[in-house]
Amino acid sequence: MPDTDKTIISVQDVTKRFGTTVTAVDNVNLEIKEGEFFALLGPSGCGKTTLLRMIAGFETLTEGAILIDGDDVSSVEPTHRPVNMVFQSYAVFPHMTVEENVGYGLRVVGTPKAEIDNRVKEAIDLVRLSGLEQRKPNKLSGGQQQRVALARALVKKPKVLLLDEPLSALDAKLREAMQLELVRLQENVGITFIIVTHDQKEALSMANRIAVMGDGKILQIASPKTLYEYPSSSFVADFIGQVNLFDVTEQGVAHGELTLTVDELGAMVLPGVDTNRTYHKLALRPEKIGVAREKPSEIGLVAIPAKLVEDSYIGDQSHLYFETPGGKSLSASVQNRDRDDHHLNKRGEQMWLYWHPAHFQPLSD
Amino acid sequence: MSRRRLNVNPLDYSRKLWMRCAMGFTFFFLYFPIVALIIFSFNDSKRNITWRGFTLKYYEKAFNNNQLHEAFANSLLIAGISTLTATVLGAMLGLALYRFRFPMQGPYEGIVHLPIVIPEICLAVAMVAFFATVEVPLGLVTITVSHIAFSIPFVAVVVRARMAGFNRALEEASADLGASQWQTFWNITFPYMKPGIVAGALLAFTLSLDDFVITFFTSGPGSTTFPIKIYSMVRFSVTPEVNAASTVLIVITLALTTLALWVQSKSQRNESNA
Repeated sequence: MPDTDKTIISVQDVTKRFGTTVTAVDNVNLEIKEGEFFALLGPSGCGKTTLLRMIAGFETLTEGAILIDGDDVSSVEPTHRPVNMVFQSYAVFPHMTVEENVGYGLRVVGTPKAEIDNRVKEAIDLVRLSGLEQRKPNKLSGGQQQRVALARALVKKPKVLLLDEPLSALDAKLREAMQLELVRLQENVGITFIIVTHDQKEALSMANRIAVMGDGKILQIASPKTLYEYPSSSFVADFIGQVNLFDVTEQGVAHGELTLTVDELGAMVLPGVDTNRTYHKLALRPEKIGVAREKPSEIGLVAIPAKLVEDSYIGDQSHLYFETPGGKSLSASVQNRDRDDHHLNKRGEQMWLYWHPAHFQPLSD
Repeated sequence: MSRRRLNVNPLDYSRKLWMRCAMGFTFFFLYFPIVALIIFSFNDSKRNITWRGFTLKYYEKAFNNNQLHEAFANSLLIAGISTLTATVLGAMLGLALYRFRFPMQGPYEGIVHLPIVIPEICLAVAMVAFFATVEVPLGLVTITVSHIAFSIPFVAVVVRARMAGFNRALEEASADLGASQWQTFWNITFPYMKPGIVAGALLAFTLSLDDFVITFFTSGPGSTTFPIKIYSMVRFSVTPEVNAASTVLIVITLALTTLALWVQSKSQRNESNA
């Protein structure tokens, strides 16, 4: 977690255009605090990698400025920036051993031999590659090459470590293990990490804060929990996990509280929501929906009858797709807590869906 | 037998009898003259038509032939200088073509590769005309310059093909880790280019060593090279001495080609082990 409130990277009004037509990054502002594990999350082509490469210095800025630890580095070569990068392809030097790879960044700047040896050993221990010092990269697995790339960057003691989709080439099991390992590593070394990823689960599980990007713009910057539970737009809600969206037909205020009307559900009171904004949609996460045979009797719940149309079993959970009498599609996800409770899920069966209105997230777009 | 024939695929043509015969004849016509040339270099006969017994005396004679010596020294000198120059320029060209996007790159790439495709005789005539225009006397210098000119595209093609598999992120990683552009080139890019450069250099060397047409046109008095010397000897008579000298050239060329292939396959093996 961040120890201080010191800003280590400040991205100010940064725009990147390729040619005259393509705007990869569109007027982005971003403050990243020292010691944070920060994620840039978005679909492919949203500009997140371009933004990272601008911080590293591999892309020039069309407009704006980037400050690293207070210094404007906009016109500084990547060689002289106090940040280091872990590349998507790892970019481990194929003709050097693990040890030579890790020591490269120290050798080229003329660090004394004894210091190189110490720091290389330390870095190799840190990423748990001890014993493989003399191996060539072609004798290493993908995960091990990844660690070499990490050690090689960390040995430089950068102010910020940039990671460009570092886990995308690993298989699912290894990816999960590396996620935990990266978090452990970041806590150990205390260096600010900025990771670029398109995998929302990766971002949610690793980062302290996430910036969701779409079409070159930053759409929301928040903690993983806020991002998931309180998305600010339907794009964010939809990109992070699954979501049911309801169209708001009428907005009003009753007793100082916001009421929104939705087809089939009627008017809903949403306590504590800003009444001055206009809302067009209500978002509801599938796991917030309860499924029952009988209409729940509890007061204050939203309940709606629906017909089960599709049942997708994925092991720990089942994703159930329903259709309301009015023709609205809704998805609910339920934990498969009992081995044999799939008798619940017969296609075509009429059921009741219910949830607490506090789980509704009103959206303005 | 008939059952086996049913199993022959259309693309399995190497298993068809007529194809095997054609292959046999091809190899025979291609290599029999060379084998005969080598065998007859050991022939103990002045006229070299019938086999008269084994001898090494024509090798001795060839080795003691001062004119052959001089021609061979010329060839090595020309091949050495032109290989060195063509390799440096060709490698730079190959790297530039891989690395940079510049206006008119497509046409430029076509033009630099022209010497590979246009007939050697045309190149030779063009060279002679050019040297006459700029009034450079024909000799070792003009031969060397011509060899450099036609070797560059071969080196460039090989180096460029090698670079096609290069991961640009390696250079970025090197810069990111604090290396200057020169350090990045010598530590990262050059080691990757090396097999291509070695192969290109060996190619340039053998091309220069056994080039006849261009050398013949651009040579002047006192600048006889090995192939030209052999040609002038053959015009009098095909003695075993000519065979012996040719055999030596074959051995040198074969050795260098084998070395080039070995270097290439070794580097490929190294990388495919991942």
